[in-house]
Amino acid sequence: MTDLTDLTLAEARDGLKARDFTAVDLTKAYVAAVEAARDLNAYIVETPEKALAMAAASDERIARGEARPLEGIPLGIKDLFATEGVHTQACSHVLDRFLPPYESTVTANLWADGAVMLGKLNMDEFAMGSSNETSYYGPVTNPWRKRGSNARLVPGGSSGGSAAAVAARICLGATATDTGGSIRQPAAFTGTVGIKPTYGRCSRWGIVAFASSLDQAGPIARDVRDTAILLKSMASVDPKDTTSVDLPVPDYEAAVGRSVKGLKIGIPREYRLDGMPAEIDALWQKGIDILRDAGAEIVEISLPHTKYALPAYYIVAPAEASSNLARYDGVRYGLREKGEDIVDLYETTRAAGFGAEVKRRILIGTYVLSAGYYDAYYLRAQKVRTLIKKDFETVYADGVDAILTPATPSSAFGIGEKAGADPVEMYLNDVFTVTVNMAGLPGIAVPAGLSADGLPLGLQLIGRPFDEETLFTLGAAIEQAAGTVSAERWW
Amino acid sequence: MSVDTATVTRVARLARIKVTAEEAERMTHELNSILGFVEQLDEVDVTGVEPMTSVVNSVMRRRADEVTDGGDAARVTANAPMSDDNFFLVPKVVE
Amino acid sequence: MTIAPRIPDPKKLIKGATGDWEVVIGMEVHAQVTSRSKLFSGASAAYGGAPNSHVSLVDAAMPGMLPVINEECIAQAVRTGLGLKAAINEVSVFDRKNYFYPDLPQGYQISQYKQPIVGEGVVTVDLPDGISIEVGIERLHLEQDAGKSIHDQHPTMSFVDLNRSGVALMEIVSKPDLRSSEEAKAYLSKLRTILRYLGTCDGNMEEGSLRADINVSVRRPGEPLGTRCEIKNVNSIRFAGQAIEYEARRQIGILEDGGVIDQETRLYDPGKGETRSMRSKEEAHDYRYFPDPDLLPLVLDPAWIEGLKAHLPELPDEKKARFIADYGVTPYDAMVLTLERASADYFEQVAKGRDGKAAANFMINELFGRLNKDGRSIEDSPVSADQLGAIVDLIRDGTISGKIAKDLFEIVYTEGGDPRDLVESRGLKQVTDTGAIEKAVDDVIAANPDKVAQAKAKPTLAGWFVGQVMKATGGKANPQAVNDIVKAKLGIE
Ligand SMILES: [Mg+2]
Ligand SMILES: [Zn+2]
Repeated sequence: MTDLTDLTLAEARDGLKARDFTAVDLTKAYVAAVEAARDLNAYIVETPEKALAMAAASDERIARGEARPLEGIPLGIKDLFATEGVHTQACSHVLDRFLPPYESTVTANLWADGAVMLGKLNMDEFAMGSSNETSYYGPVTNPWRKRGSNARLVPGGSSGGSAAAVAARICLGATATDTGGSIRQPAAFTGTVGIKPTYGRCSRWGIVAFASSLDQAGPIARDVRDTAILLKSMASVDPKDTTSVDLPVPDYEAAVGRSVKGLKIGIPREYRLDGMPAEIDALWQKGIDILRDAGAEIVEISLPHTKYALPAYYIVAPAEASSNLARYDGVRYGLREKGEDIVDLYETTRAAGFGAEVKRRILIGTYVLSAGYYDAYYLRAQKVRTLIKKDFETVYADGVDAILTPATPSSAFGIGEKAGADPVEMYLNDVFTVTVNMAGLPGIAVPAGLSADGLPLGLQLIGRPFDEETLFTLGAAIEQAAGTVSAERWW
Repeated sequence: MSVDTATVTRVARLARIKVTAEEAERMTHELNSILGFVEQLDEVDVTGVEPMTSVVNSVMRRRADEVTDGGDAARVTANAPMSDDNFFLVPKVVE
Repeated sequence: MTIAPRIPDPKKLIKGATGDWEVVIGMEVHAQVTSRSKLFSGASAAYGGAPNSHVSLVDAAMPGMLPVINEECIAQAVRTGLGLKAAINEVSVFDRKNYFYPDLPQGYQISQYKQPIVGEGVVTVDLPDGISIEVGIERLHLEQDAGKSIHDQHPTMSFVDLNRSGVALMEIVSKPDLRSSEEAKAYLSKLRTILRYLGTCDGNMEEGSLRADINVSVRRPGEPLGTRCEIKNVNSIRFAGQAIEYEARRQIGILEDGGVIDQETRLYDPGKGETRSMRSKEEAHDYRYFPDPDLLPLVLDPAWIEGLKAHLPELPDEKKARFIADYGVTPYDAMVLTLERASADYFEQVAKGRDGKAAANFMINELFGRLNKDGRSIEDSPVSADQLGAIVDLIRDGTISGKIAKDLFEIVYTEGGDPRDLVESRGLKQVTDTGAIEKAVDDVIAANPDKVAQAKAKPTLAGWFVGQVMKATGGKANPQAVNDIVKAKLGIE
């Protein structure tokens, strides 16, 4: 038998259904692969017993002919998702030993469809970061290395553990979240596919909040089809999240392989940044050519407020985060440091519990909301956000079906490489992805080739609200032309 | 706009995060770098623009007035660093 | 009804050592919304309960929890707004008010800051002297209550119970239209009456369902507003009056000594009858209000608002006017009868088909007095409206005298029973048979020849004979008949 971990999710699903192997076989293969890949630090908690018990239950279901859509499929779960009785800390020390007595809606949906949990995945602390270096559990290593180099690279962030685990084939797919690019940027850095669905498509209930108006869950998987299968299960309207949307969830997998003929693809001129590496530009052109050759119509468009998305994001997201993270106070759960009085307890607990990047964002967020600054910062940023959204609405009203851009301004960089730098340099990683969150739109990152030194590069497709199907169709077309990429195992 | 160390210390106090003088100094530089970056928003003409309240166009769903939760104090306090008789315990608060 | 203009009323000014002062009062009343579950969670909103037993994961601010609004709380706020004759805002926004406190699990209170659900309105307040004033309502907004910290369980620790955390409150903000502690008390009492009529707040002040933050300042009549102090969380109407009296005099004392008033938050200590500064905050509050990103703006359908309006109960002011017009009761009696919706309903049941004035008199003088003595409310009156009506009928048709009616009422109150049967079985029936009365008069005259002689000289002595006859008949003789017969027999006219 070939290595079961080489199968895609769709192949594994079909193999299970055909009884070519059992869910326990598949899970065992993954448990072993997870153990063998500990050097990557993608998992912070492994749950092999739970995985095998779930797999055994799946086998019984399959035997009874009652297999559900994800029956027996082993997945990794980002530590941001509450998993009942299992470590859930958003990779922060402040949630020390927190065991939620509840399950997030998204993971509950996956288990209800028969999926198997392998463990919890590493991430940037509270999803704040673009390199997975802010985790309390240490950085994740990207399975990819530059050609001829042993230097460890970041997998991107904040869903760095999810992307690395998928790329290293130590899960069939992973849950992830995206507030400013945290699904798409790590997917691009690891040669995987990641989709941030429209805001409201997946329930946020049970997902540790970073910035409520921007956070959205989505899957990272090996190819477009697998991503589509996972999103179908993850998405739902949820009475517990009133920002989740009451629309039927389409059969996303059916959109894979549809013709792109006649689709109108916008190429936003504002994404052509000064000093953008030539290979990113070339990749973008390659994507344009692929879609044009497949019959799509390419049009140049303008999204004039693009450059203001990132600065507006760095007001809105920290402001919401400063409030969302106020609950970590050492009183009801998590870390508690000694304090002479209640104020001292708060201050010492939060000083010890939060890492540097989280503190930085809490302080910025507190500052921009404070008396006298609210109008100048927060209110202005929310107005700019309206303009950003309007830019998109205008081009969509003009008949554009989707927008093609690069996913990131560069390929993966080295661990520690940007550590000493100005925080803004790190923030620029999200320059192409953040507009999508600001406007609440769906965006998918699809690998489209390799850099000169052999690292994966990704393209981004941005869709109309709740039109993830078109993104899967277009993503699959790019994937079909460019081929999938996979990291060579060295760990 | 830029901030000085005294402001950073005040903001840290507001956010209930203890910072040393050294940290406050370092954070002042970092915060000023971020504030410098976001300053470009001043270029945007926002007259007459409504601030965004929600990226999705939908109405807020409501709950029926029914008791569907609670009744399990042990579950609520299970993760508490310090609790007694299902109360959360904190250092004495003086009003 | 007279609406007094809000110009300084000399009767309401406070005499200081250096002249008169006017006190200016505005109130923020926190009224707990009557609902089964909390504003944003499905946990019970009931008072009491074992520690943390009315707490959901949302109320405890567990990571990833989200608020879901309770539609009944919205309806209750709108009903209240309509009852306060206020503007209902079709779009309102929930904001977060950020601060750290152990009984505030989220680290923020969800409240409404810039765009409340209810705008300006007005309350007509009846003062004891028969004058009415109009008190402006600035706004009403929905917000979450906080939990409770208990400080006396342990030498060094406070105990936190989140049962109250997240319960819906309406914060009703008045304009600074009140000019005396009397007015303030009357306003609170009227507000409580309106809320109870509407069924939107039970008004139970001991359980904290209604709490007032009272802003008090003083000024020389005609001058601009002075610096105010806020007296927090006053939970009794009586204490509100005492706190205002004390606070106004405290401020006058400071100003007359050449001092200045610090704008601050104070607490009223009912034991000492004083207000005191709350432990001074180390830093000024900076609540960093911003719209709650977990909640979309609250948009109300005008037709839905109209529907609530159509089902609004009759409010005390309208009911009072109707009682005066339809039942002929005095304005004062109408006010007393309409203080509680239950009393008004009781009254209407008694007054139906009867003389309204007689019904009102008996209710106010006998029933209310008796219930008060036992600390009972009209809802658990042992005498039903039908029973009371029967007693009123018995007086009316002359079956019993007013005096016997009191005895009969007491029997019905303590023992129960049909008043008509009791009159029969206990022999309480008024004696109108002139033969029997004549016999009793003859007996008294025969036994007191000296008095008869005196009475002929001094006719007012006839009253003594009437008394003796009444006594002899156990009070059951018709007093008018006795009077007539005594006079006739004594030959005085
Ligand atoms: Mg207030
Ligand atoms: Zn309030």
